[in-house]
Amino acid sequence: MVAYFTEIYNGLVSLLVGMGITFKEFFKPTVTVAYPYETLTMCARYRGHIELVPDDEGNPRCVVCGLCEKACPSNCISLGGEKPEGGKKKVLTSYVLDFTRCSLCGSCVEACTFGAIDFSKEYNLASRRKEDFIFDLYKRLEERRP
Amino acid sequence: MNAPIELRADETFVLNVGPQHPATHGVLRVKMEMHGEYIVNAETVIGYIHRMHEKMGELKTYPQFLMNLSRMDYLGALGYSHAHVLVVEKASGIVVPERAEYIRAIMVELNRIASHLFWFGAFVMDLGGFSPLMYALQDREHILDMLEAVTGSRLTYCYFRFGGLYNDVDDDFIAAARRFVPRMRKSLKKYRRLVTDNVIFRKRLEGIAPLSKEICRKYGASSAVARGSGINFDVRKNEPYSVYPQFDFDIPVYPQGDSLARYMVRMDEIEQSLRIVEQGLDKLPGGPIMPEKKPKLIKPPPGDYYQAVETARGSFGVRLVSDGGKTPYRLKLRSPTYSNMHLFDEACRGMMIMDALAFMGSLDLVIPEIDR
Ligand code: SF4
Ligand code: SF4
Repeated sequence: MVAYFTEIYNGLVSLLVGMGITFKEFFKPTVTVAYPYETLTMCARYRGHIELVPDDEGNPRCVVCGLCEKACPSNCISLGGEKPEGGKKKVLTSYVLDFTRCSLCGSCVEACTFGAIDFSKEYNLASRRKEDFIFDLYKRLEERRP
Repeated sequence: MNAPIELRADETFVLNVGPQHPATHGVLRVKMEMHGEYIVNAETVIGYIHRMHEKMGELKTYPQFLMNLSRMDYLGALGYSHAHVLVVEKASGIVVPERAEYIRAIMVELNRIASHLFWFGAFVMDLGGFSPLMYALQDREHILDMLEAVTGSRLTYCYFRFGGLYNDVDDDFIAAARRFVPRMRKSLKKYRRLVTDNVIFRKRLEGIAPLSKEICRKYGASSAVARGSGINFDVRKNEPYSVYPQFDFDIPVYPQGDSLARYMVRMDEIEQSLRIVEQGLDKLPGGPIMPEKKPKLIKPPPGDYYQAVETARGSFGVRLVSDGGKTPYRLKLRSPTYSNMHLFDEACRGMMIMDALAFMGSLDLVIPEIDR
């Protein structure tokens, strides 16, 4: 009989302790943001999908060496380049990233010794169509050209 | 009108839990033969999220396979990468700078705390308490922010490299980690009052699903499942690797073997991990994070190598058989949850279904890690 009432008493106490904690938390400042109305800035090292880095004139720094293509574990990158008439070096003509297969591992960025690719800060990526995730990075660079 | 179905006294029926059921926390399916509320027999069915990681390991070169490891267990990813880099470094004789090894240990421990916090929240939610999940996620968020600032990703990190790390930690990280430790200690006290000491919570776990040492040994259980049954085994102590011998920490062991014991082990482990993080930050040496000569082509000499580590879910091992080529001849991944889960079939016989689900929660299952 005594045990029965002690149990009820203990139950009530632990219930009140728990409610006290949740009550206190209730008045603590909000820590969440109301996405998508508010967004956070991504940290400096955030790894989004890759993007070509332009040189001072806005041309791609890439020299079409193909190291990134080879380093990628999922074969996401396909490169196109050609030698312009009279020129010595190959020039980039297309750089296609198949983001549907990319695992954001960063091997490509590490493999590139010319600093020609970098991570973007983009994360708002949603679409119902697969083609929307095949990025033509060369075209994107052209569009960004001032 | 249909007549109500009359059940014979000994009649059983089959209840299908999963593969998409919130209580299994992933795509695990359990076929339960029930007699009323009691389980007569249970059979776990796995393989719904099998991704052939081991086969991929044989087909890809060593650096290319690196990021797969963190896709196995999305809650405690770094521990898995740690095993992989350690075994490849052991095989190819790469020496890791001390600073890198310290940072690895700190990161793995932070990741372990994050994983335990998530498990804690989800487990209490299984039992019907919702608020602790929110508080746990709030604490976990601090860890994820710290890890994101260094590694660039929040869950599936690709941070360890053969020989060292992807990039170094900065002062901001160290300051944030130092701020986090006392904060987490305060939260642990809160959890103790809110959850651990709660009468309803204790009544649902105490004495439920007692696991004997024998059954743990029989199925090769590790982590809190074994340590909650009085088996004092932790790879960090029993087969020390990395810089763990430099740290002073304890292995929590509870002899009761019930669900509460498993819960207590994990909660105590958070405190021990905090101690390791603290000591790691104090002792963190300067210097490079990659060896001077970066290993370019990784081709371990022919041989058979094995390395086990203690991840948040138990003893994880990578066995690497190399024939001297650019890709491994065989890469076997020994995942801890696979062993921990399989004792469920035997142990849950005769249990009430709600106790069995609480028991399953206390095993801390991560399904992608079982299926690999
Ligand atoms: S981040 Fe990794 S998977 Fe993605 S394109 Fe680069 S190398 Fe390939
Ligand atoms: S590794 Fe760099 S320079 Fe070479 S092809 Fe790739 S992006 Fe261009």
